[in-house]
Amino acid sequence: MISRRDFLQVGMAASALYGTSGFGNWARLAAQQALTQDQLLEFDTFGNVSLIHVTDIHAQLKPVYFREPSVNLGVGENKGVVPHITGADFRKLYGIEDGSPSHYALSSGDFAALAAQYGRVGGLDRVATVINSIRADRPDALLLDGGDTWHGSYTCLQTQGQDMVNVMNALKPDAMTFHWEFTLGSDRVNEIVEGLPFAALGQNIFDAEWDEPAELFPPYEFFERGGTKIAVIGQAFPYMPIANPGWMFPEYSFGIRDEHMAEMVEEVRSQGAEVVVVLSHNGFDVDKKMASVVPGIDVILSGHTHDALPEPVVVGDTIVVASGSHGKFVSRVDLDVRDGRMMGYRHKLIPIFSDVIAPDAEIAALIDEQRAPYEAEMSEVIGQTDTTLYRRGNFNGTWDDLICDALLSERDAQIAMSPGVRWGASMIPGQDITREDIFNVTSMTYPNAYRTEMTGEFIKVILEDVADNIFNPDPYYQQGGDMVRIGGMGYQIDINKPQGERISGMTLLSSGEPIDPAKNYTVAGWASVNEGTEGPPIWDVVESHIKKLGTVTAGDHDNVKVVVD
Amino acid sequence: MTLSRRDTLFLGAGAALAAALPMPAMADAVADAISAFTGGADVAEGGVTIDAPEIAENGNTVPVGVSAEGAESIMVLATGNPTPAVATFTFGALAASQSGSTRIRLAKTQDVIAVAKMADGSFKQASATVKVTIGGCGG
Repeated sequence: MISRRDFLQVGMAASALYGTSGFGNWARLAAQQALTQDQLLEFDTFGNVSLIHVTDIHAQLKPVYFREPSVNLGVGENKGVVPHITGADFRKLYGIEDGSPSHYALSSGDFAALAAQYGRVGGLDRVATVINSIRADRPDALLLDGGDTWHGSYTCLQTQGQDMVNVMNALKPDAMTFHWEFTLGSDRVNEIVEGLPFAALGQNIFDAEWDEPAELFPPYEFFERGGTKIAVIGQAFPYMPIANPGWMFPEYSFGIRDEHMAEMVEEVRSQGAEVVVVLSHNGFDVDKKMASVVPGIDVILSGHTHDALPEPVVVGDTIVVASGSHGKFVSRVDLDVRDGRMMGYRHKLIPIFSDVIAPDAEIAALIDEQRAPYEAEMSEVIGQTDTTLYRRGNFNGTWDDLICDALLSERDAQIAMSPGVRWGASMIPGQDITREDIFNVTSMTYPNAYRTEMTGEFIKVILEDVADNIFNPDPYYQQGGDMVRIGGMGYQIDINKPQGERISGMTLLSSGEPIDPAKNYTVAGWASVNEGTEGPPIWDVVESHIKKLGTVTAGDHDNVKVVVD
Repeated sequence: MTLSRRDTLFLGAGAALAAALPMPAMADAVADAISAFTGGADVAEGGVTIDAPEIAENGNTVPVGVSAEGAESIMVLATGNPTPAVATFTFGALAASQSGSTRIRLAKTQDVIAVAKMADGSFKQASATVKVTIGGCGG
């Protein structure tokens, strides 16, 4: 069955390349409100190669709620194109019915009501069921993990990533690349990677001192599958020492290094690769640009920016696949590789509805085993929420509003700053907030909640700097996070202006007065990349605040005025 | 001499930023350094490759490589530094390749310019924007 959209896609693709997406199919099934596991997994096996992509799981072993963003602005060539289309516009673009499971899985709007109806998403035991099903169709399918796997939960922090390593190893991936893993520190990363039973790839992971490829992370790996030779090239997050604390992994250097990527593509082609797959943690817009400047890549499995797209985006002869985050989706990409080239593809973004897909018993038991030693402390109820708590959005989200409030009151500050990370599970009204829930949005190895003085001028420098990391019109200068979240202060941002001119109207909310560039303000924040940052861990600050509140009622903060045109 | 892909990437940014160099004094210093190197001759865009990170991991030590096939010498300038001159690589007739690399300190976000003197006496240049950021928060 080929939908209208599939034909569109054929038109966009190069003449020899044809492709279909399973999306049209499950959107229709979803509209019937009768979702079953068989329907979610239904796939007409195609060609001779299958790729299974998971990425940005952020250590979510168990099903979670996860609200997609309603504000995700694109700039430059990416203005108004996916993934920078959200909510009702997104549903209209893909023909998704309001209130359908696809609405719930892929877009924002009516989140709390739909979450109550459709339940949690993800869970690596459900992911295991999907992987097993694909392997039943195609036993030699490649399982590729895009990274941000060993970070993001209570148990992952306590075990320094060991819980995720144990469970992922049981899923038997073929290759992986990296981002937050490095915040475990290079000693721990090296220790884990040396024992991994699969390839740890990164063509852009270099030795910082010698500026040469790091030996522990080969650029690529070959696989003989389906009678063809597949090269998988890894691309780690390019801006690790900038967006995260470089002092934790001083031996390593990263960067986009697209010229080296081009050399690697030529190298694997010259060694007989018939299809070239890049397992990337660049972020979607960076991957699109890389596909446009590096010739010879067939498939980019894209991670980092947490976008979930029901169809690949075609750039020249390259398809770019976005597979979401937090275990919410698994992408299956079947390829027809013949005569030394990719002739066609079939793709399906499989949403992991945890109430529809049965958990794999073996993996479920393994997950419970990882969690058991911590179950008592994790499950302690700290408070309740009567509103949706979520993180994603370019400028704010209710979780970070709550965290900023906690910083303002617990650290007695005038202004609060919370980092614009994109990880963190959501919660729905009526839920108990447990310690685990707090760790799901704060867990990290540099959690200290600092309190310091900053001049108004310096605060503006920070906002301008972070804004340019998101809204620089050249994707190669974007780091893939969101805007630093601000409490206690309002401002206006014109995203299309150059750095230094985007931020205006900074106002201290407590007094209603404009921020004075020369005056000092007390600022509390967390997740500083600077070594030696002092203060209590952010989860203690948030826990103490929630305990005092009892029940969290988070209205959307409206302290940021956004100018887009 | 063909224009490399990377040159093409940077030409756009370089051209746009060249018109808005941070301070007139530095612009003068850059222009003076280039004219001293070229003797006032015309400089063509392209034919020189600059290998530099888009965003510096550490502004105090940024690895920068330059190459230009057939060059006699290549001058490297950091246009936003108080003293723009960084290095001039000179290649003998028997040099197997005309490339060099070094690490430079960049005071702030700026363009790095490489000007190559070719064997036939002509000049070529390329420019790359290297961003120096205070760092922050990743996805």
